Amino acid sequence: MKLLLLTWRWLDERLGFSSTIMPIVRHPVPRSVNWWYVTGSATLMAFILQVVTGVALATNYVPAPSGAYDSLHFITSQAEFGNILRGMHFFGASAMVVLVLIHMTQVFMTGSYKYPRELNWLSGVLLLALTLAMAFTGQLLRWDQNAFWSTVVGAEQAARTPVIGGILTKLMIAGKTMGGATLTRFFAIHVFLIPALIFAVVGLHLYLVIRHGVSEWPRAGRPVHKATYLSEYDEELKHGEPFFPDAAWKDVIVMLLVVVAIIALAVIFGPPHLGKPADPTIVQAYPRPDWYFVWYFAVLALSPPSIENLVILGFPLLVFLGLALIPLLWPTGERSLRSRPWAPAVVTVPVILVVVLSVEGFRAPWSPNFAALGASPLPAAVQNQLDPARQKGAQVFQFRGCRACHAIEGAGGHKGPDLGAVGDRLTPAQLTTRIAAGGGGMPAYAGVLSPAEMQVLVDFLQGLRSPNREPAGTPLAP
Amino acid sequence: MSEQPAQPQQRGESRSTLSRRRLFTRVAVGGGGLVAIALAVPVVGYLLGPLFDSTPATWADLGPVDSFREGETREAELSDPSSLPWAGETARTAVWVRRATGNDFTAFQVNCTHLGCPVNWLPGAQLFLCPCHGGVYNGDGTVAGGPPPRSLFTYKTRIRDGRLQALASGLQTV
Repeated sequence: MKLLLLTWRWLDERLGFSSTIMPIVRHPVPRSVNWWYVTGSATLMAFILQVVTGVALATNYVPAPSGAYDSLHFITSQAEFGNILRGMHFFGASAMVVLVLIHMTQVFMTGSYKYPRELNWLSGVLLLALTLAMAFTGQLLRWDQNAFWSTVVGAEQAARTPVIGGILTKLMIAGKTMGGATLTRFFAIHVFLIPALIFAVVGLHLYLVIRHGVSEWPRAGRPVHKATYLSEYDEELKHGEPFFPDAAWKDVIVMLLVVVAIIALAVIFGPPHLGKPADPTIVQAYPRPDWYFVWYFAVLALSPPSIENLVILGFPLLVFLGLALIPLLWPTGERSLRSRPWAPAVVTVPVILVVVLSVEGFRAPWSPNFAALGASPLPAAVQNQLDPARQKGAQVFQFRGCRACHAIEGAGGHKGPDLGAVGDRLTPAQLTTRIAAGGGGMPAYAGVLSPAEMQVLVDFLQGLRSPNREPAGTPLAP
Repeated sequence: MSEQPAQPQQRGESRSTLSRRRLFTRVAVGGGGLVAIALAVPVVGYLLGPLFDSTPATWADLGPVDSFREGETREAELSDPSSLPWAGETARTAVWVRRATGNDFTAFQVNCTHLGCPVNWLPGAQLFLCPCHGGVYNGDGTVAGGPPPRSLFTYKTRIRDGRLQALASGLQTV
């Protein structure tokens, strides 16, 4: 024990831990610091967890197409705790995205981005961008069909950039097509380049927190003025408390919760399922980004084609520019929510948008329902009512792929309207015109259906009616 | 004793001290700049390598001409011989080959022209359907509906010794 103490004293005298580091650790923070202040530490904890699990995974992962899938299989099924580690890294990624956004929201709501902490906010916006870049590059490393094709979609979006689009795409896929060089490049970016940038910017971020101190809890009627804030804050710190341990204990509790939650999720749900390995010769794929990007997937599907380039390029630019401008346009003034009623609105509207778009993105009604084509032709209820003549029409409906976009009584695709009661609305002539000429997103089938097929198909559709309804086109009683 | 660089001349300091210091400052800063450039040139050049890739496109085999039936569209595999040794499955790509009549072949790139997802051919409907954002193409590759801005990209084809070949020219985008 005495030896340990002596060793510690020897090190401390040379490291300057007690004389230099501890005062920083014990720096005074305002007494009004509460549980809302833990979001930054929680985010940092998620990042540390990602680095640690990432390094561990990298000891087994082979970042080339010829080995990636097999090494992932090895990690998942054979490596000790490999399953859990993969799960931790996956849920940790989700946690990073969620916590970064919660932290940003909390800082915004307390107006802590104002003078003199504007650079803190700006470095934070950069960290948000880097986090999303990590999430995007990380998905490809899973090297399954989803990841592969999602990256192709990413590369094609880059191609929409004016002037340098082709250059960006070539740099991204690192070759003529997505191949060996793409995965190794994404690996280097995900494991070395972006984490180096994150370390540097987080270092700046934390240095600024120490330098300016953590902001006091906002109070209505106490706006920030550049001339007076610094001395007011100093006054506040005079009755402050030491960060360690008086405030730090809350951070540690939440950091512990973050770790426990991520491990629990990894153990309960396991890592993402290893589907088919990425294979450009398999065209049966349903590319979807990871859940935190699904809302953007919906944006890409729903944007009118005429303004699509504007959306793909302008939207991210607008968001990040907007975020960066916040402390530059409003560096002073009231911080309390009571004096800034628009602040919760500015947060709530995007949250609602993202939630709604995510739900639509998961439903993806615009995607054809390929599975419906192979399934049994029609719901039994409809099938049983058909006489042999109309059954022919039902077969045409199935064979010609109509089911991929049109459901009948809910079974089938949702790109076009449900046709369960189409006989209520469209006469045979209208049906024929619509099928032959297409329109409104529907292709024209005139060249595909023979006149005989068209006849039986229209007969079948015309018979799909609500009970006790007259067919469309029946004149009203005089 | 504190030393301040680049000060207006102080009592006791000669002009030569001042200009020495200025020289040292410039050497240090300029030298630092040179270090950065010396590192940057090979490293950045390396990272930008894909832009200078001048390997010519090569003709790849799609199979015997007789394996494609007239009036049908089917999947074929395109092998890129210039792909890296560790490319694994990515050395090959899928291609949709349509044989109209006789030797009229079209080889379609499977990527939807909207944002690149692989399109599926539905022989019953005679349509290519994209699983991502609702794009639909006719059998000849023209857009039938949805967000795609143009018809499907094609590869140049030729027939050599009774075999169909396509020019593996890389990912084409709008």
